[in-house]
Amino acid sequence: MTTFGVIRFPGSCDEVDALQAARHFGEAKLLWHKDRDLGGVDAVVVPGGFSYGDYLRVGAIARFSPVMESVAEFARSGGLVLGICNGFQVLCEAGLLPGALLPNLERRFICRQLGIEVVSDATAWTAACSPGDVLSIPVKHTSGRYYVPDDQLADVNVVFRYAHDGNPNGSTNDIAGVANAEGNVVGLMPHPEHAVDPLTGSTDGLKLFESAVRERVPA
Amino acid sequence: MARVRVLVRPKEGILDPQGQAVEQALPALGFDGVSNVHVGRLVELDVEDPGQVPAMCEKLLANTLIEDYEVVEEGAAA
Repeated sequence: MTTFGVIRFPGSCDEVDALQAARHFGEAKLLWHKDRDLGGVDAVVVPGGFSYGDYLRVGAIARFSPVMESVAEFARSGGLVLGICNGFQVLCEAGLLPGALLPNLERRFICRQLGIEVVSDATAWTAACSPGDVLSIPVKHTSGRYYVPDDQLADVNVVFRYAHDGNPNGSTNDIAGVANAEGNVVGLMPHPEHAVDPLTGSTDGLKLFESAVRERVPA
Repeated sequence: MARVRVLVRPKEGILDPQGQAVEQALPALGFDGVSNVHVGRLVELDVEDPGQVPAMCEKLLANTLIEDYEVVEEGAAA
């Protein structure tokens, strides 16, 4: 049985949906931002929201929380980590993923269901997908414009792209999500945890959580 | 204690929609001849050792992938 740990920072707002999504495939528990102990979980989800009010820059303060020190260590030793929206921003600030998230080009908060194309299935969080799959998943953010300097772009392990010319935020090369070189750490702006029930229009988000269970190396 | 100002700016070449919005708003108010507007962040702090401020910028106050910073020492803190 896979156990997911979902972090709760002051200002997180999507941690409960992430717990519910993870519980389709395993156990899931909350991890408090002040805890250094990850409680032996097999995979960590850094959820969406506005950690520490997003003061200074999105994700900048959360990156230094006690729990993130342990998550960084966990990630470096091959642990599975998924950052969603604000979680993606935190992982970029922490240097666990390349790049940064800038304010949307149109300067507005956006909230809509989009097609998200899977670019790579060679990550822990997309192993249950195939390249070219288009997942129906919502985005909701103000700072989702993925950026890396041109000279680093070729090295980025792109995992998701906005499909059908649907780039909502001006993100470089339509990038919606990336992974580290090893593929155990993935971050994306769309919210797979909000696409897990037919009631809200799509269950495609479950694929990511299913992937983590499939991928996990038995202890 | 020394008074220090840290000016954080979007890096040149990175699209700055906030600066563009301000640049477009000014002519509408009758202020013509304005260009190259960028919006950044000002961090003011009193520090015992101003020599530490660049390290603070590198680690927290700026994200050097997307932002440039400038440290301005203002003399003794009030």
